[in-house]
Amino acid sequence: MATDLFKAPDYYNLDDLLSEEHIMVRDATRDWVKRSISPIIEEACQKAEFPKQIVSGLGEIGAFGPYIPEEYGGAGLDQISYGLIMQELERGDSGVRSTASVQSSLVMYPIYKYGNEEQRKKYLPKLASGEHLGCFGLTEPNHGSNPSGMETNFKDLGDHYLLNGAKMWISNAPFADIAIVWAKSEENRIHGLIVERGMEGFSTPETHNKWSLRASATGELVFDNVKVPKENLLANKSGLGAPLGCLDSARFGIAWGAIGAAMDCYDTALRYSKERIQFDKPIGAFQLQQKKLAEMITEITKAQLLTFRLGQLRNEGRATSAQISMAKRNNVDMAMTIARDARQMLGGMGITGEYPIMRHMMNLESVVTYEGTHDIHLLITGMDVTGFNAFK
Amino acid sequence: MKILVCISHVPDTTSKINFTNNNTEFDSNGITFVINPYDEFGLTRAMQIKEATGATVTVINVGSASTEPTLRKALAIGADDAVRINAEPTDAAFVARLLADYAEEQNFDLIITGRESIDYNGGAVPGMLATYLDIPFVNACIGLELKGTKSTVIREIDGGKETLEGNLPMLLAGQKGLVEEKDLRIPAMRGIMMARKKPLTVIEAGEAVKQTSVLGFELPEAKAACTMIDADNVEQLVELLHSEAKVI
Repeated sequence: MATDLFKAPDYYNLDDLLSEEHIMVRDATRDWVKRSISPIIEEACQKAEFPKQIVSGLGEIGAFGPYIPEEYGGAGLDQISYGLIMQELERGDSGVRSTASVQSSLVMYPIYKYGNEEQRKKYLPKLASGEHLGCFGLTEPNHGSNPSGMETNFKDLGDHYLLNGAKMWISNAPFADIAIVWAKSEENRIHGLIVERGMEGFSTPETHNKWSLRASATGELVFDNVKVPKENLLANKSGLGAPLGCLDSARFGIAWGAIGAAMDCYDTALRYSKERIQFDKPIGAFQLQQKKLAEMITEITKAQLLTFRLGQLRNEGRATSAQISMAKRNNVDMAMTIARDARQMLGGMGITGEYPIMRHMMNLESVVTYEGTHDIHLLITGMDVTGFNAFK
Repeated sequence: MKILVCISHVPDTTSKINFTNNNTEFDSNGITFVINPYDEFGLTRAMQIKEATGATVTVINVGSASTEPTLRKALAIGADDAVRINAEPTDAAFVARLLADYAEEQNFDLIITGRESIDYNGGAVPGMLATYLDIPFVNACIGLELKGTKSTVIREIDGGKETLEGNLPMLLAGQKGLVEEKDLRIPAMRGIMMARKKPLTVIEAGEAVKQTSVLGFELPEAKAACTMIDADNVEQLVELLHSEAKVI
């Protein structure tokens, strides 16, 4: 792997809007990615291997649950800091960001928000340090965009719950120590349960042959009469709103993360355009290449402004789910377009592992689909502005 | 044990260098500043000593308020407290005098600086500071071990290494080797939050006299374009060496 020469664009001097602490958080994550991710990520993706050693590294720098209060092992940072961490991790690789997003927003967040004090104390510090890895089970083989139709269910058998069903496309599943599983009660109400590895009847088969997020482990969660202790129920919130609250947090992180992937593609293409000579001059001197670069930096800058404002709203507790949907949809689409244009600028070199672009491009195919597809987020915006539900 | 680490606030090594004010001042517009890399090796060694012995580590900088993010980063990495002496650090003797005034009052056992700062590369402050404090000084250190108040220091000399033994208090000017690049610390998120609560004391500069002033800076001449000549075309090479390079 060639030296990581990444230099982040800041066309509108957005650093001026960030606090000294935000910049330190961002730069620390950027340094960590240069040191711990850039040298290993290409090989991990080529071999489709999850680089397990990064889990403790992510824990050490504090990328797991950075906004969780210090008493539970987090750093107590704000939402913009969380976004910046996700941006920098995804600049390295969407798979690495996915691992951190899932742990932070989909495992630690629900335990912190919907769990009791005992559950927080038991699980959060180990998740924050990376000693334990978690995953989140909502999507099912027959219910992706329609999670309310889920079939996974549990029965109250007096001294425990009996869990049955299956979840699919679950990041971190093959190596997770715990799973936050969303299942319906006998009253048809969605609840969250903490399922631990080793519980009888619980298995996590790995999903193989992905062309995307190859450095992140994906799998299924299968529950065959799993006895879940009653104290593992997340009792403080139920209904579809509970998992959707987690998704709001994760989607917010993805909106920032996509900017990281886009920045890496833009930066790579910009540098290449100054070095690659065709017809006796750098290709960056030709109008068609400049058009691509100019549009890329314009779109990145717009996306940065969108997420910065969204971060302020999240800090004030005012960001709506629909606002988060807009940013996730816009920014991932922006990153995909940039990855494709950047790939073209590098010609044949763009398809090789010498450069990160094709890896980002393939990763983004997952990112545009998970945590609410591109189309579903559009319908959320549509419903928000018209008041009409076009989902069904 | 009390350790003082002197931290310079310098432009990132990839910065594009320009000057303003009739070429007498560095143009810091759009420049990212970092902990001087030589100082960072020293800071990291100080953190290792802190962890092994429970020493306290103070970081200090002579500079304007704009240098505080650099001190905060040192606090986030693990230093216990930070001091900023409020003055523009434009002259080595001036900076050394201000540092010495502070250090004299505090009785540090060990003072670590970088061998030089990568902006002006004067390399004069460490020696001057040791002179003002009248304590032993070892330059260009690539190794440090402590046993009680005894120190074993390795320094680079022409063509080899020299190992010295001495007693604390002393002043070391460090470089790579004191620790390796892989040992350098990246602040963790919890460290960044803790840095918020650690003391960063600002001291107004006392009486110190600047002994030099900058008349002007010049950038090196831009590298000339490289002309590639086919290996078989010796005639053209001779012609160019004669007519353009004018060396034959």
